[in-house]
Amino acid sequence: MEANKRFSILFITLGIMALATTVLIGVLASFVYLYPDFLKDYIPFNRLRPLHTTSAISWIILTAIGGIYYYIHSLENTYISFPKLEKAHFFIFLITGISIYFSLFFGKMGGREYLEYYPLLTIPILIGWIFFGINYFTTMLINVKKWPVYFWMWGTGILFMIYHLSEAHFWLFSSIRNDFIKDISIQWKSYGSFVGSWNLLVYGTAIYLMAKIKKDDSIGRGKEYFFFYFLGLTNLMFGWAHHTYIIPTQPWIRYVAYVVSMTEWIIFIHIVYNWKKSLKKDKMIINQMAYKFLIASDFWVFFNLMLALLMSIPSLNYFMHGTHITVAHSMGTTIGINTSILLASVSFVVSDLLKNNKLNHNKILRIGYYAFNTSLFLFLTVLIESGIFKARWILNNPNSNFGIYQEDSSFIYIFFVIAGIVLFISLITVIIPILKHLLKSLFSR
Amino acid sequence: MKNRDGNRIVLAILIVVFAIYNSIIYTKNTSASSAPLLSKKGIEGEKIWQKNNCTACHQFYGLGGYLGPDLTNLISNPIKGEEYAKAIFNSGIKSMPKFNFTTQEKNNLISFLKEVDRTGFYPNKNVKFKSNGWVSIKYK
Repeated sequence: MEANKRFSILFITLGIMALATTVLIGVLASFVYLYPDFLKDYIPFNRLRPLHTTSAISWIILTAIGGIYYYIHSLENTYISFPKLEKAHFFIFLITGISIYFSLFFGKMGGREYLEYYPLLTIPILIGWIFFGINYFTTMLINVKKWPVYFWMWGTGILFMIYHLSEAHFWLFSSIRNDFIKDISIQWKSYGSFVGSWNLLVYGTAIYLMAKIKKDDSIGRGKEYFFFYFLGLTNLMFGWAHHTYIIPTQPWIRYVAYVVSMTEWIIFIHIVYNWKKSLKKDKMIINQMAYKFLIASDFWVFFNLMLALLMSIPSLNYFMHGTHITVAHSMGTTIGINTSILLASVSFVVSDLLKNNKLNHNKILRIGYYAFNTSLFLFLTVLIESGIFKARWILNNPNSNFGIYQEDSSFIYIFFVIAGIVLFISLITVIIPILKHLLKSLFSR
Repeated sequence: MKNRDGNRIVLAILIVVFAIYNSIIYTKNTSASSAPLLSKKGIEGEKIWQKNNCTACHQFYGLGGYLGPDLTNLISNPIKGEEYAKAIFNSGIKSMPKFNFTTQEKNNLISFLKEVDRTGFYPNKNVKFKSNGWVSIKYK
């Protein structure tokens, strides 16, 4: 392996390990729904859940970053401006990541949902992102003229990631913290945009892969791509309040979000659809695992488009909010869309690195691919059913005890746990051959 | 060349509008609730809430983990209320960790929950559905 690509592969390998950790802890956490005392004396749910969500976020971010570094190194006649900064970035994230796991495991919490770790650990994360940004912009601005849309997406994704990660910590200022409604609004504003920022990195990767698989440099350069990009950016900036329709904020904030949210996703579907339609059914392409995962992400975009649009209509959101339907949406996005695109990216990188088709013909990976998509569909169906059950239960039993609700819904939790275990096994089936090839390339000369 | 300039202009406009929008969100009154700011005791209660990562299982306004109940209106709930909450804190019931909160800590947590309760309703039962999909909610 070329020495300059080592750290990009290390980022991706760490990302894959984070994915394995995510699904393992997710299965353990799901048992608590059936057996409330499960692991309670060792690692209670208030520590288990953040370990699961932090691992999921790490998987997406590390793998997206690793992919972008790899693709920059693969550009012709381009050398990254500061290789030492890339190394420093990796080691900062590695050490901070380990510190975060310790912080969560031993209960040293900041206690903000999704960013539960000790807040000071955000400082090295921000430094890592700044290093990434310096390297990205100095390298790309000097070496690449006429940026295709994916370079814009990666660049703005990095900048907005830095901004919104900082924004998520505005609660440390007393003027925000003292005002509960402002605090919770800014918290969810930053989360919505934070996810939008990593989506820029991930969707940028999807368009890059389309161009490379099809060997068509015009992909990512048309007006349509830029229209989609700016629409996504508008949603990232102003669409966040659909998460908080039910919070007593000023109505204009929610009106803006409602209007903006209705435009979301449609252009992306349009682009993927057009790309697929025009793709020659070349056997070489169809057999590529990267292509297969991109096609899977296409389906998950449709699935989530439906949910996202329904959830963004306030009168439907009223019933869906606060139920597992929102979990189905977030898992559909992170596991369905993001994970499929990132697995496409990793498959592409591994095949490119090894200069052979071994991964594309790996039978276990192919079985895992179909099992993963089927079990994810089952899992999301159970979550939606659980959400519908809760919405109906709350309407019919407005003053009843939560414990009774938990008992009434125990039959759904059985399916929830079973679907979770099947999803875990299928994802591990996908992860093992990929990890094996990654490690092989990492240790090859 | 024309396209590239156009993209830069669109990006610049978006960033300017975003900056204005953010400055309004951060500095103006964005709340439709008439509840006062959190008291010193309420903030201390919130610190306990965060230190123990209560949001992993509980929600405010439906936002948080779903293993436990939403606590937005726990204190004003006629069936539950302050004494019920105090009894639950250290009970270690079901999947809830067995906390060892002192009386002072329990009082601070109660202050926090009371002040959150004053900000609004959840679930908001007095809503008006409109034909354009909009929902008007009742404020406290």
